[in-house]
Amino acid sequence: MAIEVAGNTIDTDEEGYLTNRDDWNEEIATAMAKEDDCDLSDNHWEVINFLREYYEEYQIAPAVRVLTKAIGKKLGKDKGNSKYLYELFPYGPAKQACKYAGLPKPTGCV
Amino acid sequence: MADFEIPKLTEFQLIPHTKDGVMAHSQPYVAKPEFQESLGFPGELVDNWEEKAVEKLGDLVKGSRALQVFLDACVKCGACTDKCHYYLGTSDPLNMPVARQDLLRKVYRRYFTFAGKYFPKLVGAVDMSKDVLDQWYSYYHQCSQCRRCSVFCPYGIDTAEISMAAREIMDEVGQGQKYCNEIIGKVFKIGNNLGLPEPALVDTLEGLEEDVLEDDGVAVKFPVDVEGADVLVVTPSADFFAEPHIDGLIGYAKVFHAAGINWTLSSYASEAANFGMFIGSHANMQKVSLRIREAAQQLGVKRIVFGECGHAWRVAYSFLNTLAGPFDFLDPNYPVPQHIIEVTHDLIQRGAITLDKSANDEHRVTYHDSCNVARASRMGNIPGGQFVLPREVIKASVNHYYDMAPETVRESTFCCGGGGGLLTDDLMELRVKGAQPRMNALQHVVDEYDVNYLAAICAICKSQFAKVMPYYDFPMDMIGSVHGLVSNAIQLGVKE
Repeated sequence: MAIEVAGNTIDTDEEGYLTNRDDWNEEIATAMAKEDDCDLSDNHWEVINFLREYYEEYQIAPAVRVLTKAIGKKLGKDKGNSKYLYELFPYGPAKQACKYAGLPKPTGCV
Repeated sequence: MADFEIPKLTEFQLIPHTKDGVMAHSQPYVAKPEFQESLGFPGELVDNWEEKAVEKLGDLVKGSRALQVFLDACVKCGACTDKCHYYLGTSDPLNMPVARQDLLRKVYRRYFTFAGKYFPKLVGAVDMSKDVLDQWYSYYHQCSQCRRCSVFCPYGIDTAEISMAAREIMDEVGQGQKYCNEIIGKVFKIGNNLGLPEPALVDTLEGLEEDVLEDDGVAVKFPVDVEGADVLVVTPSADFFAEPHIDGLIGYAKVFHAAGINWTLSSYASEAANFGMFIGSHANMQKVSLRIREAAQQLGVKRIVFGECGHAWRVAYSFLNTLAGPFDFLDPNYPVPQHIIEVTHDLIQRGAITLDKSANDEHRVTYHDSCNVARASRMGNIPGGQFVLPREVIKASVNHYYDMAPETVRESTFCCGGGGGLLTDDLMELRVKGAQPRMNALQHVVDEYDVNYLAAICAICKSQFAKVMPYYDFPMDMIGSVHGLVSNAIQLGVKE
């Protein structure tokens, strides 16, 4: 599979995750979100940027709890919970946000 | 919400009229060559795959008298036909256990029985062909290997064994399933299903220590790779990552803290799950299991305790000693291995930990028996302990507990719909439909007793329910860990 962004074709796997993480840029994230009828707000970007930073350091997406804590610190305690994250990413914060952030899909019993 | 029809919940479990082929389109993504090869399987479908498949089937039948009996013994009595949650939820007749078995049986008959060799049409025997392979790939990935049908079969035919054999044959000819095989590869490479490396594990656990200190005012530890600890805890990596799993992990840590037990996790054996079983591969199952033995020896622990993971407990309880034993270096005064439920249950019995049930008064709880725990293992030293102990731990932690209908719990429990290597987004229609019988039973206790908490001891069940419950208008946070309840109720003594 692939996604078209600004005239370029970027490879993705069967589920729409980037095959090569280095291909990522903000336009790709926006285009992926658009396919899901989702407009990325500043709050979406807070999550996406945090995921990318965490991945850079640890080579894995953060646990849901690590993510909610970090978002709570940045956006206020009322937003530091998985309910809020599901409002932003209704297909599940771990999977949907990872996809927009260009990270691989979390695997296993999750 | 979905591009398929969501089954309705009904007052009684209805047995649907058959609808031919309605799930024939359902199949998971095929594993890429790199994932196949890291497990020792061919990267893609080999040239003479028909021949190879028959040869492998012959080997499996020769190597397992059980499999041969299962293939020979069926008398088509029909007792199993309405027992599979996937049949009840999809209406596809090939999801009747007998029909699912027959997909393999008809090939077995053709090549390995007298009647099938010489009069194939008379006995429904067929050649191995692409159509057969396609049907196998679809319908053997519509079996969660939950073994409910085998409870009702007068001959005890175990469809799970047949579906494992079919998956192993498909792996051997080069057509494996992406979800399972990619995950097993990650265990070999990184140590767990998630691909969670040691620094991330350590960071996550440090975060949990901070959280518990903040919430409860007690310095509960989450130790990793501590040599000389008494207990090695092996738990599904989802416990480090997902909700509500992580509440269970916090519960285990509090139990060890309160009881003064010196424990550790291992970054090398940071996974209880063993997907080698789902794909029927003894070699891969053994390789995953040996990591636990190596970690236990390297850390010098005296006991191995398994966290809340359904099929891991089947592998641990039923096969671990054969796969990775003998465990003569462990303390023989404790069960080898032990389940975290057994540990907590024992401590409650001895009065070694104190629980305040009123801490869970907002929860009205029911319990989902996970299939592999219920039908393939035991706990404690009494028959049926695997049903009794988890309920006793829950009842010691909450004031409001209600069982679901008897035909849907204990040995007759319905699968969550996502077990056996099917917990993947490419099978979402199957997962939602297969959950219908369990959701039906849940609806009844919600209506009758205002139940608002479904407790489970399996990472797959927890993730599956969190995902599918909203399709049936239940809130996703209704699913919780048994040790999440323990975590709320346990008294930790002096605060700092």
